Amino acid sequence: MSILVDANTKVMVQGITGREGLFHTRQMLDYGTLVVAGVTPGKGGEIIANKIPVYDTCKGALEANSIDCSVIYVPAAFARDAILEAADAGVPLVICITEGIPVSDMMEVRAYLDNVDCRLIGPNCPGILSPGETKIGIIPGHIAEKGNVGIVSRSGTLTYEVLYALAQKGLGASTCVGIGGDPINGTNFIDVLDLFQNDPETKKIVMIGEIGGSDEELAADYISKFVDKPVVSFIAGQTAPPGKRMGHAGAIVEGGSGMASDKIEALMNAGALIANHPEEIPELLASR
Amino acid sequence: MKLHEYQSKRLFSEYGIPIPDGDIASTATEAVDIASGLGGKVVVKAQVLVGGRGKAGGVKIAEDGIEAGACAEKILGMDISGLTVRKVLIDEAVDIDTEIYLGITNDRLKKCPVIMASAAGGIDIEEVAADTPEMIVREHIHPFLGLKSYQTRNMAVSIKLPEHLWKKFDDICQSLHSVYKTSDATLAEINPLVVTNEGNLLAVDGKMVLDENALGRQGDLEQLRDADLETVEESEARRYGLSYVALDGDIGCMVNGAGLAMGTMDIIKYFGGEPANFLDIGGGASAEKVSAALRIILKDGRVKVLLINIFGGITRCDEVAKGVVHAIDEVGVDVPMVVRLVGTNEEEGRELLASAKLATASSLADAAQKAIALAA
Repeated sequence: MSILVDANTKVMVQGITGREGLFHTRQMLDYGTLVVAGVTPGKGGEIIANKIPVYDTCKGALEANSIDCSVIYVPAAFARDAILEAADAGVPLVICITEGIPVSDMMEVRAYLDNVDCRLIGPNCPGILSPGETKIGIIPGHIAEKGNVGIVSRSGTLTYEVLYALAQKGLGASTCVGIGGDPINGTNFIDVLDLFQNDPETKKIVMIGEIGGSDEELAADYISKFVDKPVVSFIAGQTAPPGKRMGHAGAIVEGGSGMASDKIEALMNAGALIANHPEEIPELLASR
Repeated sequence: MKLHEYQSKRLFSEYGIPIPDGDIASTATEAVDIASGLGGKVVVKAQVLVGGRGKAGGVKIAEDGIEAGACAEKILGMDISGLTVRKVLIDEAVDIDTEIYLGITNDRLKKCPVIMASAAGGIDIEEVAADTPEMIVREHIHPFLGLKSYQTRNMAVSIKLPEHLWKKFDDICQSLHSVYKTSDATLAEINPLVVTNEGNLLAVDGKMVLDENALGRQGDLEQLRDADLETVEESEARRYGLSYVALDGDIGCMVNGAGLAMGTMDIIKYFGGEPANFLDIGGGASAEKVSAALRIILKDGRVKVLLINIFGGITRCDEVAKGVVHAIDEVGVDVPMVVRLVGTNEEEGRELLASAKLATASSLADAAQKAIALAA
């Protein structure tokens, strides 16, 4: 069993005819993901990869198909609209890959989602991979093995690094969830930690954080109270200078807060093991 | 993107917030003209995008035009925390009764904007937050409801503003929220908001930070960017959509993804090396972007070795490899390179690079240690 998604999850792709959308739809199909529909306004009626029907609207796609999850590859300027469209059409799980969405757009999205039955993962995230079952997003599937480690991360490529390092040591993931590098996102560490804690297949947890904000500190507090599975963590940005935004919109040390050292201390106090670098994670997992 | 005081205040004024009369000067002569035109006492203020300009001598009071010219002469060209003062703002001096702090920013935890006020105006709000947090009152702004008048009344009462100023205070709060929302700001701050001896409210100093992600829909606001705040490399990187931050070391880094780029810096440091930069080529980078990234890193003469660490997801290793090959042909790379390619299209990427003489690495630790050895 995996969290959030599994082999039977039926997926819709928003922005399916774009460069990234098309490329990653093919990658998802190759992995075995059940992609059942795509949406691109103005491209309704087209067929992708000889079998995936394209619709002009999410509403149209939902009328013709049963859909469990939507994955969004549309450009940043249209992402708010795309997320709201999916939620409004009744999709219960929306994964937004798009990077560079204005923060005010995301605050509106969050305020809307508070009142509807829809979970958002991301934005600015790599999506979800449940090895051997499904991949929804952009995580390269072949680098990961199936296993019992639950992975939650604010970073995309750093997550691949961890999946790869685990696989090299014969370890695998139950589910890997990228929650994204933006300051305002849909699902946070605590939400995913809670799912892993309650997932019988997940025996150990890896949490990848980075500088900026205080989500890691809140997660540490949650771990100390509610998580009894072993947690191994890596926090990126220990060498980042203050006041500079390190690529991710959310990765910045401001006014003395958001520092890696504070996050590491909080996690250590909560009983988590801290890796000096990503490739140390497998041995730390083995030690618990 | 940070705006200067004069830019912020002009925007505030467009939205109906009262500001002192004044204008911007880049020479002492202009300063004399502006100050003479205003008549009476003026304040000459350095326009630099760093804090502490007052302590550095960047703010001076002048009795008349001639004195204002002399102050401007002293301040223009001054170095404040590494930034050269190129402009001064000449504002009419204001009779101050009390000073208030008023600001709006985004609350990451509550996921909505928050408006903050304090009776302790005129000093750095971060100092107030650290020393006397009870002096700051906050109201969260719902993205759909906006700022309500009862919220500004809550603040006015808490900071003990006299009742006859509540309406004026509400108007200023509403205007500040409008300019914040319309400009896609992540900070809009009036510090101090002055209660004058005549009982008016006046925004004497102002600060705005705009959301980089939203500049594309902000029309002219992008023109307000101060190029001095970035190094040449940083502005070139921004034009190509790359995130680049210069650091002090000698190992140039090109990585995809912000987290991995930070992780790569961290591991270099962990094994005893010093990264020369943070560089994230972003998701789905084209060969052209990769080539530009290499050019930018190599402009830093201190770079002794290049470490390329690509973990392909949305980024395809073959595109990165094409960029690397192109850069080698075009720019000529005369420092050793360590390359690690894993993930989407890694085979194609490795084939493309096979002809070039490059050190390859399988693991991140291996890549970092090889780069450190080559830099030594």
